[in-house]
Amino acid sequence: MSKLDTLPEQAVERRPGELRPRELARWAWRQLTSMRTALILLLLLALAAVPGSVIPQERSDSLDATRWKDAHETLTPIYEKLGLFHVYTSVWFAAIYLLLMISLVGCILPRTFHYVRAIRAEPPAAPSNLTRLPDHASYSSADAPDVVLARASTVLKRKGYRVRAAGPGPEDSVSAERGYLREVGNLVFHLSVLVVLVGFALGGLFGYRGGVILVVGNTFSNNLTQYDDFDPGSLFSASQMEDFDITVKDFDVEWLQDGPRQGMARGFNAGLTYHETQGGPEKSYDLRVNHPLSIGDTDLFLIGHGYAPVLTVRDGEGNVASSGPVVFLPQGPDFFSVGVVKAPFAQPQEIALEGFFYPFFANVDGNPVNVMGDDLNPVVSMQVWTGDLGLKDGVSQSVYLLDKSKATKVMADNGRQLRIDLAPGQTVTLPDGLGTVSFESVVPWNRLQVSQTPGTRIALTGVVLALVGLLGSLFLRPRRVWVRVRRADGPAGGSLVEVAALDRSGGGDVGVVLSKVVDALQPVPADEKEKS
Amino acid sequence: MTNASWEALSNQAVAACGIVYFLALVAHLVEWSAVIGKRQRVAGSAESAGSRTAVGGGVALATGGPAATPGDAGERTHRVALFARLGILLTTIAVVVHLVALVSRGLAADRVPWGNMYEFTLAGTFVVAGLYVVLYRKLALAWMAPLVVGFVTVMLMIAVIWLYEGVAPLTEALNSPWLVIHVMAAILATGAFTLGGITSAVYLAKARWPHAQVLARTPALPVLDRVSYRIHAFAFPVWTFAVLITGPIWAHQAWSAYWSWDPKEVWAFITWVVYAAYLHARATAGWKGRNAALLALVGVATLWFNFIGINYFSSTSQHSYAAPQLAVVQVVDTPSMS
Ligand code: HEM
Repeated sequence: MSKLDTLPEQAVERRPGELRPRELARWAWRQLTSMRTALILLLLLALAAVPGSVIPQERSDSLDATRWKDAHETLTPIYEKLGLFHVYTSVWFAAIYLLLMISLVGCILPRTFHYVRAIRAEPPAAPSNLTRLPDHASYSSADAPDVVLARASTVLKRKGYRVRAAGPGPEDSVSAERGYLREVGNLVFHLSVLVVLVGFALGGLFGYRGGVILVVGNTFSNNLTQYDDFDPGSLFSASQMEDFDITVKDFDVEWLQDGPRQGMARGFNAGLTYHETQGGPEKSYDLRVNHPLSIGDTDLFLIGHGYAPVLTVRDGEGNVASSGPVVFLPQGPDFFSVGVVKAPFAQPQEIALEGFFYPFFANVDGNPVNVMGDDLNPVVSMQVWTGDLGLKDGVSQSVYLLDKSKATKVMADNGRQLRIDLAPGQTVTLPDGLGTVSFESVVPWNRLQVSQTPGTRIALTGVVLALVGLLGSLFLRPRRVWVRVRRADGPAGGSLVEVAALDRSGGGDVGVVLSKVVDALQPVPADEKEKS
Repeated sequence: MTNASWEALSNQAVAACGIVYFLALVAHLVEWSAVIGKRQRVAGSAESAGSRTAVGGGVALATGGPAATPGDAGERTHRVALFARLGILLTTIAVVVHLVALVSRGLAADRVPWGNMYEFTLAGTFVVAGLYVVLYRKLALAWMAPLVVGFVTVMLMIAVIWLYEGVAPLTEALNSPWLVIHVMAAILATGAFTLGGITSAVYLAKARWPHAQVLARTPALPVLDRVSYRIHAFAFPVWTFAVLITGPIWAHQAWSAYWSWDPKEVWAFITWVVYAAYLHARATAGWKGRNAALLALVGVATLWFNFIGINYFSSTSQHSYAAPQLAVVQVVDTPSMS
C-alpha cells in the first residue's frame, strides 16, 4: 500500500458521522474512569454487600440457609433467582467490583505516566502575583534581596523541599516543592487493591476446603473419598491434594465449673500423629484452636467436637448387626446431641434407633435434663424402629437421618413408642425377638477442616503494600512554596518579601505551614520573640 | 491483690470516672450556656492568637479554642473561659481514672481488657476520651467538649447497665495474641472514627443552621472539614490494619478461612468501603463538604451497627463477643454419605 492510498481513507474516517461510535466509547470510558464513578461504585459495593449479612449464605452456613428457605416459601424462589443465598459469588456482585477494578485501572494507569513526569519535573516557577494565592504573606526585611533569596533556598531545602535550580539570569524568586511520594503512595495503594483481588481470586479458584469428622482413635487419609463434605474451587484438581494421613490419638477439653461462663468448654486439644507422606516418618502435633497444623500447602484446623456413644446392636439371631462409635451431633453449647443407629442387615428384621445423647443426664422432677457438656453422667435415650429403612434400594442416605417413610415404630407395653434409656455398660432386650442394644462407652470425636488456600501470601503482601501506600497517600503533604523578593524603594534599602504556599492535597492546614516558613525566614530569632 | 479485688477496683473506678465525666459535662454545659447568652460573638471568629502584624491575606489559622484573649471581656467571657478550663481539667482526670478502670480490669482477668462487649465499650470510650484530650490542643477541639464528654458518659452508662459481665476467661477462639493487636487496632479506629463522626455531624449542623446560637462556639466550616479529614485520615489506615490485615490473619488461625463473609466481616468491609468513599468524596467536585460529611456519618453508623447490631441480631456470626456461645463451631454440614 502506498502512502497515497491511505490518504483518502483517513479523509473518509474523519467524517463526523463515522466517528461517533468511537467518540461514544471514549466518552463512556471517561465516565467509567472518573472519580465520581469510582465513588458511586464504591457506595454500590457497600450496599451490595449488605444482603449477604442478613440472609443466610449457603457457603458460610448451609444449615441456616436451608432452614431459612423452609420458613420462607414464597420468597425463596425469588431470592434464589437473584442469587441472594450466595451474594459474594453472584454475578451482580462480581459485576460491581469488576467495574470498579476496570475503573481503577483506567484511572490509575494514565495517572502513573502523569506522576512519572511530575516527579522528574522541577518545581514550577513562581506565579507572577503571589498575593493572588489564597495563602500568602508579605513582610519587609532589612537584608538585601539576594541574601533573603539565598536564605530561603537553604531553609526550604532543610525543610525537605526540592528547590528549583537557579536559571542563568538573575532571579527574583525561589520555587520549592515537597511531598512527591504522596502520589506514589496513592498509586501503590490503588494497584495493591488489584493485587489483593488477584490473591483472593487464586484462593477461590484453586483452593479447596473440606471437613471430616474423626472419632478419636481413627485415621484419616487425605483423599476425596474420606471427606464428609468437600468444597473445591472451580479450577481445583485432585492432584493438588497432599498425600498425608492423620490419626487422632486423644482429645482433651477443660470445662469451666463456675464463674459467669460456667459450663463453657475451652482448652481443646487434639493429640495427633501424622505422616506427611505415605511411608514417611511419624510426627505428632497438638492441634488446638488458633494453632492449625500445616502440612505442605495444606492447613488443618480443629473446628468442632462432640460425642460418639459406642453402641452394639445384636439382632434376633444373636449376631452383631451394628457396632462401634456412632457420631451424635451437638445441638448447642451443652452438647445435648442427636443421632441415629441403623442396622439394615439385622435378622429377622431391620433395626434402627433414633434419639438423644445427654453428656450429663439429670432427672429433675421427672423431666430429663442435660446439665452441661462434660460427659460426667452420659445417657442415650432412643426410640426404636423396624420394618423397611429404605437402605436396600441403593439410594444413599445421610447417616444422621432416618428415612421413616416405610419404617414402623416398635411399641412399648404402655401403648407409646418404645424408648430405651441406657447408661454405659447397660444392655436392653428389644421386644418381639428383635434383638438387644448395649451402650458400651463414650468416645469423643473431632471435626477437622482441611484446606488449601493458594494466593494467601499474594493477598497478604497486597494488603500490607496497600497500607504502606495508604500511609504515604494520607500523610505526605504535597506542598509548593514560593518566595519572591523585591528591592525596597526607600533609602534604607532592604527588601520586600512575599511568600505563598499551596497545599495540593486539600487536607493540610496551609496557614500553619506558611507562618512556619515565614518564621524560618527571619534572620534574627530575637526579632521573633519580640513579636509573640 | 487478688483478681477479685482488682475487679472490684475496676468497677469502682468505672463508677468514679463516670461521675467525673458527668461533672465535666455539666461544666461544659455551663460554658456553652454562657456563650449562647452572650450576643455579638461572631460564629467561629478565628482569633489567631499570635497573628503577626506583617502576615497579611487569608492566613486562616484553626482556632476557635477557648477564648484566650479576654480583651474587653465582660463577666460572661470570663465565665466561659473558666468553665472551659474546668471542663477539660475534669475530663483529663476522668480519663486517668478510666485508665485505672481499664488496667485493673485487665489485671483481674490476667489478659487484655477487651474480651467481651462490656470491656470493648470500656476500652472504646477510653480511646474516644483519650484521643480527644491528646488532640485537644493540636486540633483545637474545645468546641467538641460537650459532645465528646456527653457521648462517653452515655456509653459508659450503657456499658454498666446493660453490658456488664463479670471477669471471665475468654472463649477459645479469642484466646490468642491477635486479640491484643487486632482488637486494639479496632478499638483505636472505632474511637477515632467516632470523633470524626461527631465533627462531621457538627459540620452538617453548621452548614444547615449557620447562625444557630448553640453552634456559636464551633469553628468555621472549612476548619471543621479539615479537622474531620485529619481524624479520618488517622482512623482509616488503623481500620485497614485491623480489618484487612490482622483480622484475616487471625481468622485464618482460628476458623480456617481468612475471609469467610461472616456478618461481622461483611460490615467491617462495608465500613471500610464507605470510608474509602468518604476520602474520595473529599477529592471529588460536587461531593466535597456536605456529601462527604454525610458519608462520614454513614460510616460511623455502619461501624456502630457492626459492634452492637450484629452482635445482638445475627446468630450466625462467629465473633463471639455478645454471648458465651458455643466455643467451637458447631457441625453444620450434614454429610450426605451413606
Ligand atoms: C476505580 C477508580 C478509582 C479512582 C478513579 C480513584 C481515584 C483516586 C484519587 C484521584 C485519589 C486521590 C485523592 C486525593 O488526592 O485526596 C484517590 C485516593 C484514594 N482512593 Fe481511590 N480511586 C479509585 C478506586 C479506589 C478504590 C477501589 C479504593 C478502595 C476502596 C480507593 C481508595 C482510595 C483511598 C483510601 C484514597 C486516599 C484518599 C486521600 O488521599 O485522601 N480508590 N483515589
